[in-house]
Amino acid sequence: MSERQKIDARGAFCPGPLMELIAALKLAQVGEEIEVLSSDKGSAADIPAWVAKVGHVHVGTTEQDGCWTIIVRKAK
Amino acid sequence: MSKRIVIVGGGLAGTIVANGVCRQLGNELRSGGVSVTMLGTSETHMYQPGLLYVPFGKIREAELFRDQRRVLDRRVNFMIDPAKKIDVDANQVETASGRIIGYDYLVLATGSRIMPQNIPGMTEAGHWFYDLDGARKLREALDNFTGGEVVVNVNAPHKCPVAPLEITFMLYEYFKAKGIGDKCKITYTYPIGRLHALEPVAHWAGPEFERYGIKSETFFNTESVDPAKKTIKSMEGVELPFDLLITIPPHAGAEVITDSDLGKGGWVPTNTRTLQREGSTNVFVCGDTTNIPISKAGSTAHFEADVLIDNLVSLVQEGRPAREYDGKVFCFVETGMNSGTYVWFNYTTPPNPGPPSQMIHWFKLAYNRLYWLSARGLL
Ligand SMILES: Cc1cc2nc3c(=O)[nH]c(=O)nc-3n(C[C@H](O)[C@H](O)[C@H](O)COP(=O)(O)OP(=O)(O)OC[C@H]3O[C@@H](n4cnc5c(N)ncnc54)[C@H](O)[C@@H]3O)c2cc1C
Repeated sequence: MSERQKIDARGAFCPGPLMELIAALKLAQVGEEIEVLSSDKGSAADIPAWVAKVGHVHVGTTEQDGCWTIIVRKAK
Repeated sequence: MSKRIVIVGGGLAGTIVANGVCRQLGNELRSGGVSVTMLGTSETHMYQPGLLYVPFGKIREAELFRDQRRVLDRRVNFMIDPAKKIDVDANQVETASGRIIGYDYLVLATGSRIMPQNIPGMTEAGHWFYDLDGARKLREALDNFTGGEVVVNVNAPHKCPVAPLEITFMLYEYFKAKGIGDKCKITYTYPIGRLHALEPVAHWAGPEFERYGIKSETFFNTESVDPAKKTIKSMEGVELPFDLLITIPPHAGAEVITDSDLGKGGWVPTNTRTLQREGSTNVFVCGDTTNIPISKAGSTAHFEADVLIDNLVSLVQEGRPAREYDGKVFCFVETGMNSGTYVWFNYTTPPNPGPPSQMIHWFKLAYNRLYWLSARGLL
């Protein structure tokens, strides 16, 4: 498997973690995983919801000291 | 030995860096201790924000352009010879004409470009204003438009985060002024779950949309356009009909970046504070082409360029960088044909726009003229 891509979107107010993820998924291969770091609570909820809606896989989310790590796999 | 600074790209970022470095390294340039070379694609420099006014016939096309040599400091060795291959291991750039140009410091400032072709059906059925040709065609389409469903469709990633909202409000006023306001229904689509990436801007835009009767569809990431049926479909499963489709297409970085293996999609992995290319100490990245997760905007390019100027000068003179970039972005937002507001933020300060006013609108119009001073490094 290819190396997991990491997007450090902590403190990124615009365009923000979800938009960064959407852009990165367009460039990723099916099966590739992307890890998004976010300091924004809203994105931590939005990302899994959006990922489920469009049919990618939410691998998992962890939180530590106000930073969320959200892992997503491109499924199609 | 002479230090060679090479800048690839003569848009906003590259031009500010070139002029700023020349201004501060006058002695070194005179003595031959430093040279500044820029590789560009064209004799003219286009003021991109002006494209927003082209579809409405509110700017003369000639106002968008200046002769790049006149915008640049005379001491810059400017070549209209695009970079074809950048070899960061050998510290050299190969150009389209076959020149090999070595460097001590390289600045990558190749910007971003629209990719409507990445969405099936979009080039056939869509209009856009992010390049001159598209803006002209949209002007013609608007001239001939007599009413119907108008979709303003925003895709990620894109530069200038505020232009999509601006064009939406401007369209509303344009239709109204043309006397067809009641025959036009505008629907605005956006990739994430609100009307704008910046939360306060999204909060402000919501009631404004309601006031004007502009509809919206959030979580809308375009999958395809059907030119025959005149519909646009999202990955989220929503389909919208249109009579006029205006898209902000997804963007990519320059071809030379991907061809040189310097970054997927043309976005160069860049240290968010030093602006060095990840893995290089003498390659700097500035403007839209970085992969830094902040707005791709002229003001970002400007603030980054200011940091790079100080660092390049300090490296040449003292062998060490001077300072770091704090993530600052500043944007004017046109909230109609006659009012505007602004917003700024950085890596640690969230955005907080003030109320729209006519004064800020006039300031933005003035800024449209001031752009050239800022590119020349006088602002
Ligand atoms: C319609 C519109 C409205 C906008 N409004 C605003 C606004 O109101 N406020 C704001 O802040 N920003 C705005 N922007 C965004 C702003 O114009 C860009 O973010 C800014 O120009 C980025 O600067 P840059 O130098 O990175 O890229 P650019 O200015 O695009 O310059 C990149 C240059 O690199 C050149 N290049 C590409 N490949 C090569 C190569 N191989 N060799 C040599 N040269 C190459 C290109 O030809 C180009 O000249 C707007 C943009 C558009 C399209």
